[in-house]
Amino acid sequence: MNAKTFFAMLARDAHVARRNIWALLTQTMLQPLLFTFVFGRVMTGSGMMPASYKGMLAPGIMGMSMVMTGIQAVSMPLIAEFQFTREIEDRLLAPMRIEWLAVEKILAGVVQALIAGGVVMGAAWLVLGAGVGLNFDRPLLFGAVMLLVALFSAAGGLMLGCSVGQTQIGLMFSLVLAPMIFFGCVYYPWSALNNFPILQKMVLLNPLVYASEGLRGTLAPQYPHISTAAVAGALVGFDALLIVGGLKKFYGKAVS
Amino acid sequence: MGVGISTRHLRKVYTSPPPMAAGSAGFSMMGMRGSAPKTKKTFEIVALDGISLTIRPGEIFGLLGPNGAGKSTTIGILTTRVRPTSGEARIGDFDVWRQQVETKRLIGVVQQRPNLDFSLTAREILLFHGAYYGIASAERTRRTQALLERFQLKARADEMVRGYSGGMMQRLSIARAMVHEPEVLFLDEPSTGLDPQTKLLLWEIIREYNARGKTILLTTHNMDEADALCERIAIVDHGRVIAEGTPAELKASIPGGYLVRLHVGQGSPELVERLQRLPGVTEVRAEGNAVDLYADRGGPLIGAIVNAVGESGTELCDVHISEPSLENLFLHHTGRSLRQ
Repeated sequence: MNAKTFFAMLARDAHVARRNIWALLTQTMLQPLLFTFVFGRVMTGSGMMPASYKGMLAPGIMGMSMVMTGIQAVSMPLIAEFQFTREIEDRLLAPMRIEWLAVEKILAGVVQALIAGGVVMGAAWLVLGAGVGLNFDRPLLFGAVMLLVALFSAAGGLMLGCSVGQTQIGLMFSLVLAPMIFFGCVYYPWSALNNFPILQKMVLLNPLVYASEGLRGTLAPQYPHISTAAVAGALVGFDALLIVGGLKKFYGKAVS
Repeated sequence: MGVGISTRHLRKVYTSPPPMAAGSAGFSMMGMRGSAPKTKKTFEIVALDGISLTIRPGEIFGLLGPNGAGKSTTIGILTTRVRPTSGEARIGDFDVWRQQVETKRLIGVVQQRPNLDFSLTAREILLFHGAYYGIASAERTRRTQALLERFQLKARADEMVRGYSGGMMQRLSIARAMVHEPEVLFLDEPSTGLDPQTKLLLWEIIREYNARGKTILLTTHNMDEADALCERIAIVDHGRVIAEGTPAELKASIPGGYLVRLHVGQGSPELVERLQRLPGVTEVRAEGNAVDLYADRGGPLIGAIVNAVGESGTELCDVHISEPSLENLFLHHTGRSLRQ
C-alpha cells in the first residue's frame, strides 16, 4: 500500500463530506429523530406505550442510523462515480493497488457510521427526556460492537454500490433497505417475534438484527436481547463476507 | 532519458458487454450462436487481434482509426484499466499488467470522455491529483497555479466543474494528467469537441510537453491532427495494425498519391479497363457506380477521364480529387472512409 496516496484519498472524501455537512447531517438525523420523537415521546407520553419502551427503542434507532449511514455513505458516491462518467477513474489511476481504494471507501464509511451513531445517540437522549435507562458499564464491549456494526454497514455499502446501477437506486431503497429496517429488530426486540417462528428464523439473515440486538445487549441489557457473544460472532461473519464480496465486486467493476 | 512503450501480440476478447470506453461500432462479432448447444458463451467480441507496437522514448505517436477499431482498448490495456486476454504490454521496464503501481507512476491519462471528479472545484481537482501522487503541498500548489494559467482556466478555477463547458472540462482533464509530470502521456481523442482555437492551444501544449523529452501516445480519427502532431503513426482497424510509419512515409506508400473518386451512370469492366490505360494511373477500383482512381496526378487527368467515360457509353455524375493524405491512405487500406 502507498500511505500517501491512501491518506490523500481519505482527505478527499473528508473534504467532500465537510462541504456537504448539512445535507449529510439532515440525511442521517432527520428520520431517526422523527421516529424517536413519535414512538419514544408521543406514544409513551400519551400512554399508548409503556415508558420503558424508550430504552428499548434507543439502541435500535442508533443501530439503524449507523447502518443506513454507512451503507449510503459508501454506496451512493460509488454508484455515481462508476456510472457512465467514470468519475472514479482518476483514483483508479493513482499509484496504488486499486483494492486499497475500496478499503479507503470502507474506512471512510466506518468513520461516518461511527459519527452518525454518536450524534443520533446524543440527540435521541435529548428527545426522549427522562427515563431512557441506557447504561455504559461496559465501554469496551460497546465500542467493539459499534465498530463491527460500522464495518458491516460500510462493507455492505461497497457491495451494494458496486452491484446497483444509477437507475436502480429507488429499487435498492424499497427492495433492500426498507425490508432490512422493518425486519431489523429496530423497534422491537428479536424475542418479540417468538410468535412468528418462521419469520424469526428468517430475520437472522438480516445483519441489522445483530446491530440492534448487539447495541441493546450492551446499552440496555435489562431488555430481552440475543446473547452478545452470538451477536459478535454473527457480525464478524457478516463483516468478513461483505468485505471479501465487496472487494471482489469492486475489482470486477473497476477492471474490464 | 525518456520512457518507451511496447506491445507484443496484444489481444483482447470481451466475453461480456464491453465498457463504453471501448466504443461500440466496428467490432468484429464472432458469433457462436449456431454452434454446439453446450457452449455457454453466446458471443465474444474481439477488440484487439494481435497488436504489436514499439513507441520510442520521447516520441509523439498516433493511433489512427475509425470508432471501434481498438484504439481505446489499446490505451486501456497500456494504462492498467483493461486486462489483456493475451500478449504483453510494457511501459519502460515495467510489465503493465504485472507491475501496475510502478506503471501508474510513469503515466498520465486523458480519457475520451471527461471523467472529472464532480464533487470538487477545478483547483481542488488538480491539488488532490497531485496529492494522490505524493507531491508535497507547496509544489502541488505551484504546479496547479501554472497549469491553470497555461490552460486558461484561472478565471473559473474555484468553481465546481459541474458547470463547465465541454471544452473546459477537456482542458482540465489534460491539465490534470500533467500535474504529476508523467513520462508517458496518453491522450484518447484529445481534441474532440474543442473549438479550432483551443485545438491549436492544445497542440502547442502537447508539443511543449514533448520537447521536455516526454513520450506521447494519442489516438485520433482526425487525419489533420495526426499529420500535424505525430512523428509516427499506426493505422488500426478491426483490432489490427494495418500500416505503420511516419506520416510522410505512409502518404508515399499510396500508389500514385492522388485519389480521384468518380461517380458514373453505369459502371462496367470496359470502363475500368479504359481508365487503367490512362497515363499516370496506377490502380483502379470499381464498385457499382463508384470508381476510385489512384494516380500520380489529379486535375490534368480530368479531360482524359471524361473522354474515357463517354467512350464507355455512360455519363459522369461526380468527380472528386484529393491530394495525397492520410485519409486516402486509410481508404486505400480499408476500403472505407475514416468518417464512415
